[in-house]
Amino acid sequence: MTERIASCFKKAADEGRSVLGVFVTAGDPSEAESDHILDQLVENGADFVELGMPFSDPMADGPAIQAASLRALAGGMTLVKTLAMAKRFRARHADTPLILMGYYNPIYSHNPDKFIADAVDAGVDGLIVVDLPPEEDAELCDPAREAGLSFIRLITPTTLGNRLTDVIEKAGGFVYYVAIAGITGTKSADISSIGDAVARIKEVTSLPVVTGFGIRTPEQARDAASKGDGVVIGSAVISLIAEASSTELSQEGVIAGKIGSFCATLSDAVRS
Amino acid sequence: MSDTPLNSYRTLPDDSGRFGLHGGRFVAETLMPLILEVETAYRETQADPSFASELAYFHKHYIGRPSPLYFAERLTEAYGGAKLYLKRDELNHTGAHKINNVIGQALLAKRMGKTKIIAETGAGQHGVATATACALFDLECEVFMGAEDVRRQKPNVDRMRLLGAKVHAVTSGTSTLKDAMNEALRYWVAHPDTHFYIIGTVAGPHPYPEMVRDFQAIIGTEARAQIMEAEGRLPDALIACIGGGSNAMGLFYPFLDDEDVAIYGVEAAGHGIGSGLHAASLTGGRPGVLHGNRTYLLQNDDGQIADAHSISAGLDYPGIGPEHAWLHDIGRVNYVSATDEEALVQFQKCSRLEGIIPALEPSHALAFASTFLPTLPKDQVVILNMCGRGDKDLEAVLPKLDERGLL
Repeated sequence: MTERIASCFKKAADEGRSVLGVFVTAGDPSEAESDHILDQLVENGADFVELGMPFSDPMADGPAIQAASLRALAGGMTLVKTLAMAKRFRARHADTPLILMGYYNPIYSHNPDKFIADAVDAGVDGLIVVDLPPEEDAELCDPAREAGLSFIRLITPTTLGNRLTDVIEKAGGFVYYVAIAGITGTKSADISSIGDAVARIKEVTSLPVVTGFGIRTPEQARDAASKGDGVVIGSAVISLIAEASSTELSQEGVIAGKIGSFCATLSDAVRS
Repeated sequence: MSDTPLNSYRTLPDDSGRFGLHGGRFVAETLMPLILEVETAYRETQADPSFASELAYFHKHYIGRPSPLYFAERLTEAYGGAKLYLKRDELNHTGAHKINNVIGQALLAKRMGKTKIIAETGAGQHGVATATACALFDLECEVFMGAEDVRRQKPNVDRMRLLGAKVHAVTSGTSTLKDAMNEALRYWVAHPDTHFYIIGTVAGPHPYPEMVRDFQAIIGTEARAQIMEAEGRLPDALIACIGGGSNAMGLFYPFLDDEDVAIYGVEAAGHGIGSGLHAASLTGGRPGVLHGNRTYLLQNDDGQIADAHSISAGLDYPGIGPEHAWLHDIGRVNYVSATDEEALVQFQKCSRLEGIIPALEPSHALAFASTFLPTLPKDQVVILNMCGRGDKDLEAVLPKLDERGLL
């Protein structure tokens, strides 16, 4: 499972480029359209996919991803359905790393051990659980690692000194550098600071470093990607889904097509 | 803590902020350095006698402490059982217990060199207390309040603005207290260097539940000394209402090791527990993780947080402080509930019999007292925390009392 993530980064490194990860919320704007969107991402150059598990109270997210969660929940999305979506994704795409990203309460409610077993069964490669810092590792991180899932850590501009070492100790897959002090989709990242941060992180880990939060345009993606091993785009894609779904929800696949086109421009930028 | 007995109920949280299963630090890495910084600073103040004396100064000269412990003779007569004493924290400056905690945290923020304060508020009492302390200590103040609550609690919004605070109307999620707290946390992580977050109740990530409890424990410490003076003995029971649970924790904590003192926390049952429209997270919820701590939460089968319902905006929260969750699990405190309707009746009764207009929050505590006290012998003694005054509730309550022929 973790091998998929490692191969993804190795392949990109062999090609002399950075990787592109895209975040979308499962079930936004609908369960069926989400399947199409995931396919379009893979077909249009996303190297890995972060699938958001909707939560009613996403504390680290800005308005765009909050709204996506609420749209998905209003449409009846649940954690069980997200796991089923992951399993369908794996059946269609054998090699693309799939990372589940979300908050702990739905997982805790589902039962952490059962969640890990279900995620492994679905072919998930890694987990990002925003509100589980290293202080709470016994809850999910330790058993997930034992089951072969990568537990991906967020590093922020305020993660410094000993704390950086502590946070990275059990990190798997790659390190996710949060380029802004704040929540998703609000400020624009200061590209010039990313290089130093990535260097600081690479002093303490051999894992690839990917930058996210505050990267919205193909140009920002290109610049940020050049400073590390890859970028993740979330809110910009989600905003496009919101815009398209306000007018074109009835035609299945249309929204996914638009997302595919945007993903292609991101991919071209990251590869340039 | 050296005088704490070995088998004490007052040794928690542990180093990781746990109260049994509950509590902890379930926050994003963006927030983690901030709460660790608060914890370090708080430990320093605990070891510094000058902090305690500074706090004592403001207790006495600014808040007006100690608040009286008052024998409510007419309510005692009306209920027809044990003697009822009211701990009069509604007489504090700003009209509720909230100021006890806010002064403590504001002094801490100043020591940390922070110049800007953020706070969440539901009914607006914590917001007003925070705006007040910020005026006093010359700190910038931003208060996050659900847009729905901004509309319903206009007088408190006006007070905050007059005191110099900026009120952010929060429209995310369900536009209520839980969303105001989400938004305050989001704002904090975006302003880590300058801002201090004053949480208003015994919830949130460690060390907040412990710190807010400690700042509110003055209520129980005073009540203990006052009842010894009035009755020459400890009370038989304590009663307090619970939303997040800060006034209750403040009264209960100094009595936890007195096993002969029965303790009752009263949650808001809204339209009734069976209706599903309530705010009773212990009675009607199950353990989960929200706002940085594990505790009992109102939530659906998928772990999505449910809306709370109560006539009292101050109790309208889908969670409860983690120490209460633990005290519930081990059975040291009995958690009961009272409905909107029962609280309304006592709101009027206390006003008419004692000349004390209670807030809707302690009206829930009175509702439990009205059925519980008659079951006790007349020589028993009960203390109820009158944690806030009801002026803020008149607009919401008067039409309802009119409908019921209670005016």
